[in-house]
Amino acid sequence: MMENRKKAAFRYAFPRTVPVMVGYLFLGTAYGILMKVNGYGCFWALAMSLLVYAGSLQYVGVTLLASMAHPLYGFLMGLMINARHLFYGISMLGRYRSLKRFRTYLIFSLTDETFSVVCSEKIPDALDREWVYLWISLLNQAYWVAGSVAGSLAGGLITFNTKGLDFALTALFVVIFTDQWKHQKDHRPALTGVAASVLCVLIFGSGNFIIPAMVLILAVLSLQYRRKREKEAERVG
Amino acid sequence: MDRAMVINGICMVAALAAATMITRFLPFVIFPQGKKMPGFMEHLGKTLPYAAMGLLVVYCLKDVNVSGNFHGLPEFLAVAAIAVVHWWKENTLLSIGAGTVLYMVLVQIVFV
Repeated sequence: MMENRKKAAFRYAFPRTVPVMVGYLFLGTAYGILMKVNGYGCFWALAMSLLVYAGSLQYVGVTLLASMAHPLYGFLMGLMINARHLFYGISMLGRYRSLKRFRTYLIFSLTDETFSVVCSEKIPDALDREWVYLWISLLNQAYWVAGSVAGSLAGGLITFNTKGLDFALTALFVVIFTDQWKHQKDHRPALTGVAASVLCVLIFGSGNFIIPAMVLILAVLSLQYRRKREKEAERVG
Repeated sequence: MDRAMVINGICMVAALAAATMITRFLPFVIFPQGKKMPGFMEHLGKTLPYAAMGLLVVYCLKDVNVSGNFHGLPEFLAVAAIAVVHWWKENTLLSIGAGTVLYMVLVQIVFV
């Protein structure tokens, strides 16, 4: 009986992960190749994809590793780059908070892509919800790990010119930015992010702009929040 | 790979894993069932994802040499192509794949 529930959940989950499979195999392989050409082989790519499991941060991590950056800097970069995961967590609170099994792994593996699959699912009552979530999350991480290992193994055999391949990361962010812009009416937060960052690059230089830019973004967003509250108070008063 | 590189690498993997776990688990730690979120946090949850993505795009392009020979033209063209293709088709894979290949062609063949 238990076996059937697992199988039924798998049959439901697998087709929903296919778009992620294609994307993760491509981006994961590109990541593995990048790691390899920067001197970090299969073991490192595997450790990153198993333990960190955050696409954009892992790409930035290649540069951090190659430049022997301080781990504390990496930690701060990680918080900044993955701050958007707070939003996913907040969105999934209602569905994941009450789960009895697999809860820790499901929260651990909540990447952009996994979030985009699980947040839109209305799982039929006949199926075991927790197994459906688990299969989606597990399959996605398996694609990512497989891609990055394959890439790092192939990296040693690469005969084509990989110059510009790391642009896949920039492309990913431009895609998400475009997507958000298209589906959001209020463009102030996005403009704040771009303007504050460009300003801080010009003032502090490209090597030191991240922290001042974060502070400036938080300051502008909190000003917008206060103005919004004042307007609401005026309307009420 | 020397010793310092391995030690720095292990610390970096741990640091990146810790930072990622904090961002994924924090909402579940601070907001257990039934607890209401403060207004400012809710505001940040709604606005920060957009601002963060703008920052990340700038981060990726921060070292583009605007005063160099090509004035950052390969990056500008590729970013514009990605935005147009994505606005039109909304297919993440197509946008990333086409944009990356275009950029590789531009920096390897066209702007050399």
